[in-house]
Amino acid sequence: MAGTINPVAFLGRTRRRGRIDITDILSWLWLIGGTIAVLVPVVWAGLSSMKPEAEITRFPPSLLPRTTQQVVVPGYDRPLGLWTVTIDGESREMAMVRRIGIKAQMVDPENPAAPVSVDARTISPVQKLTIATENYSDPLERFNFLTYLKNSVFVTVVATILTLIVNAMAAFALSKYRFRGDKAVFVLIISTLMIPLTVVMVPAYMVIVGVGLVDNLWGVIIPTVASPTGVFLLRQYMLTIPDELIEAARVDAASEFRIFWRIVLPLTAPALAVLAIFSVLWRWNDFLWPLIVLSSRENFTLQIGLNAFQGEFSVQWHYILAMTFLSLLPVTVVFLFLQKYITTGIAGTGMK
Amino acid sequence: MAIKASAVLERLVEGVMSLVEIPINALERLMGRKRVPYLFLAPNLVLFGIFTFLPIAISVGYAVTGGTNLFVTDRPFVGLDNFRQLLSCQDYSRPGTCQESLFWTAIWNTFWFVGFNVVATLLVALVTALILNRAMVGRGFFRAMFFYPVLLSPVVIGLIWKWFLDRNGLLNAFFEMMGVPPHVFLLEVGWARFFVVLVSVWFHMGFYTLILLAGLQAIPKDLYEAAAIDAASRRRTLFAITLPLLGPNLLVVLILLMIRSVQIFDEAWVLTNGGGPGTANSFIVQYIYQMAFGSDLRLLGLASAASVLMGVVLLALTLVQLRLARKTEEI
Amino acid sequence: MGELKLSSLNKAFGAVHVLHDIDLSVKDGEFVVFVGPSGCGKSTLLRIIAGLEDVTSGRIEIGGRDVGQLSPAERKIAMVFQSYALYPHMSVRKNLAFGLENLKFKRSEIDARIAEAARMLAIEPYLDRKPRQLSGGQRQRVAIGRAIVREPDIFLFDEPLSNLDAALRVQTRAEITRLHQQIKTTMIYVTHDQVEAMTMADKIVILRAGRVEQVGSPLELFDYPRNLFVAGFLGSPRMNIVRASIAGIGPEGASIDLGHGAVLPCDVDPAAVRPGQRVLAGIRPAHFQRVEEGGVPFVVQYYESLGTETYVYGALAETQEPIIVHETGHFAPPSGTRLAIAPMPGRLHVFDPDSELAIARRDAGQRRGAVHGN
Ligand SMILES: Nc1ncnc2c1ncn2[C@@H]1O[C@H](COP(=O)(O)OP(=O)(O)OP(=O)(O)O)[C@@H](O)[C@H]1O
Ligand SMILES: [Mg+2]
Repeated sequence: MAGTINPVAFLGRTRRRGRIDITDILSWLWLIGGTIAVLVPVVWAGLSSMKPEAEITRFPPSLLPRTTQQVVVPGYDRPLGLWTVTIDGESREMAMVRRIGIKAQMVDPENPAAPVSVDARTISPVQKLTIATENYSDPLERFNFLTYLKNSVFVTVVATILTLIVNAMAAFALSKYRFRGDKAVFVLIISTLMIPLTVVMVPAYMVIVGVGLVDNLWGVIIPTVASPTGVFLLRQYMLTIPDELIEAARVDAASEFRIFWRIVLPLTAPALAVLAIFSVLWRWNDFLWPLIVLSSRENFTLQIGLNAFQGEFSVQWHYILAMTFLSLLPVTVVFLFLQKYITTGIAGTGMK
Repeated sequence: MAIKASAVLERLVEGVMSLVEIPINALERLMGRKRVPYLFLAPNLVLFGIFTFLPIAISVGYAVTGGTNLFVTDRPFVGLDNFRQLLSCQDYSRPGTCQESLFWTAIWNTFWFVGFNVVATLLVALVTALILNRAMVGRGFFRAMFFYPVLLSPVVIGLIWKWFLDRNGLLNAFFEMMGVPPHVFLLEVGWARFFVVLVSVWFHMGFYTLILLAGLQAIPKDLYEAAAIDAASRRRTLFAITLPLLGPNLLVVLILLMIRSVQIFDEAWVLTNGGGPGTANSFIVQYIYQMAFGSDLRLLGLASAASVLMGVVLLALTLVQLRLARKTEEI
Repeated sequence: MGELKLSSLNKAFGAVHVLHDIDLSVKDGEFVVFVGPSGCGKSTLLRIIAGLEDVTSGRIEIGGRDVGQLSPAERKIAMVFQSYALYPHMSVRKNLAFGLENLKFKRSEIDARIAEAARMLAIEPYLDRKPRQLSGGQRQRVAIGRAIVREPDIFLFDEPLSNLDAALRVQTRAEITRLHQQIKTTMIYVTHDQVEAMTMADKIVILRAGRVEQVGSPLELFDYPRNLFVAGFLGSPRMNIVRASIAGIGPEGASIDLGHGAVLPCDVDPAAVRPGQRVLAGIRPAHFQRVEEGGVPFVVQYYESLGTETYVYGALAETQEPIIVHETGHFAPPSGTRLAIAPMPGRLHVFDPDSELAIARRDAGQRRGAVHGN
């Protein structure tokens, strides 16, 4: 085996201090390769979203967002593109007047009177870094993106607040009271974990029709509010709050509802925070259910708007990518700040 | 200033809550403390009832009725016709010979997707978790890095990858650099299927890595020390200690992965423009969606029958998962 | 005010009957201690008085009103929990204020009461700290403070000292006693520590398996235990129990035979026994004395010297029944030493081995009320 790398042995070992060997190198290669694989499509989309329309479809593409520099040359109405031209072994920047076949007619911006004709294959455009902010501003102004954004924020915020309240109340009842049927109710709620939306989406839509919430943001929000995962997570946490605290509050003349919001809710804050983060991510990223419920443009959430947008403007990648990036930004920022919280929360609960 | 703001907020909350309290406390007094838990449960149970249990009942109703009417009561009873229509087939391996060829196409697509996706995701996640579990510098960074896509929306992921795989995209540029002719990846059946799996792995592997890593870190360190003292080779340590102790976690991840893979829809739908090319990436959820909502002709009966069938499969998987989860806890 | 009366109280958790026909009356201002082994139902009884637990049957009166249907707050009680149950997210001040706020007291009144309680318990410096920033003893005082500000008719304590170390426990014990003398409110105190019971109580209620075994002042219970359980429960080291029989009944009263020909006078009611009857004799270690003649032969095994006193462990020479003898001062008998010991006059307890009840004494009439209970 000497000299060969054994992949199985490599994975099984734990690192010894002070020595770097082939397994370490392979580990690093895997991790760095993985990181690149994660980043490249995202960063590429981000860079592309800043390219102007004319540049974005150029192939092979340039890495950074650049545009051909333009100059205004006296005697020509339109600004002309600037190119690097090599004439007699000397490289100069000239403006292109027109292009016929492989011949390009160029003028010197300093001396526009005398155009010269050069081989178009030998010239290259003069480019500079630019950010096409219009990719971002146009859709925001011309299309409904601000509406979509507003709808998404509304759905996310309202659904999260309701999710926290409704599930915390149920979790409180299921963790701090003994009452007839408590076990049955808990099992009933937990059993709905087994029924994913995809299975009941058709009849759930009918219910939404029945209660008149079709094409209404509330129709997106309300069915998601009662969450078995939420109940479960909060209940498990509340079980760790000593019953004596609640009894002390009862002796202290607190009503049950007061016990709930003055004692139990504050003490459940860490679990509520985890659920809040989950809920924000779930609702912000929701696709299938809003797709079913919402039908008119002014009610679209960002995800649905984005999807519709790509269907309609399938060639306008500069707009699509810019909007994609706008919708990805909040999640990225949240993740940057709460990374630790989120990963440990998810590892601890095994849900997402 | 900050302290003041939080004090103001506290006052505000207190003020609002003391108003909210009045009717609730009155109700509490009216009902008696004994019945308060029902009060707390009511909103949740009502919502579950309306949006989960009622739909289950309706789902069965739809599945045994025909027509295109939205309201179950207005639909003609057809017994098991919908199921019969879905399941009648001359040769199940060739969807073209089936009455509902789309359904069987979707089933087979889903089947293959689940197979490849589960294996690939599990392998990638396991290898990554094993590597991260070594006392690596920068473990937190890499864990976060791999986890990042999990948080993105399927639409965003679909679009990002679509652009990456575009005819004029980065991948083709790379291919050209290598002298390989460019492809329209998402319009070629083989490539499109490959990338649906790849994107799915890319999207979700961070989540499973996290779970496996948590499992790995729960393995007591002294076991490794004991193994080192016993002069166990790395291979033996992996197969005799790490994997057996991780076994229950692996099984749970496997089932979870299967349950989620069966429900593939969002990112594939966006990436492949609705299951393309043709029906190469049309999956079972997409079939249900298209039957029920895809056109004005709402084939709710067929859609619900398909839902019921999928629900049975998922239920079976979930039960297995719960079993395993309970076993894991016992260990 | 703070009188408490329980009549034929029963409590069952499902099929498990944990309290049986409890009758008890407590006068206003009394300090009552519930003691008993773990699981005997002390906490349950206390929580029933507090209104945290429903009764299965029976009646509870506080200050003459039936409080069976009232919530804890309406019963005008305050409770100090074993774990203190301080609200961890509130400052000490807010902890004290919470109950008063719930009762809609005026801010000025709340502040005044907190200031008063804080002064009394010397917790002023900590008022703005959170509970986790306090030591165990400080938390304990805050928990008591939270009860005091309510100015309840009855204070309930559930093993409030069990989380403190030994020194602090002694100190806090004294503080609670002092507090009681100061505010003179009825206090009901649960413990399984007999020292706490003996030192603090005006009245001790001994419970076993959900039944009241005996109620009385600490010394009554110590001197006249109603049965073997009470005799064994109070006093440390435990009372020695040896098999014996009634030797005879003469004009002087009955005499008891402890074996080895040691026949001693004892003050059981001669009418309650017959000669030759098998009984159990109970003598506390401290109530043995060494005698020159006529005692019981006792073989020393080892001894524990505590400086001011010595416990000698050994056994009766013939029956090998283990015996502990208490001696004051220094005493160092080598192992195997034979000593003759005899109970001090009037300190011999006689029990019926079957019913485990104490056999009535001659002077029983003078101590009416000492042996009641159920
Ligand atoms: N909620 C309950 N459900 C069922 N049984 C209970 C419950 N609470 C207490 N018990 C039972 O009632 C009996 C008395 O319990 P209790 O807590 O009153 O004992 P205790 O005397 O306070 O003991 P300790 O000294 O250990 O605190 C015990 O056997 C206990 O198991
Ligand atoms: Mg107790």
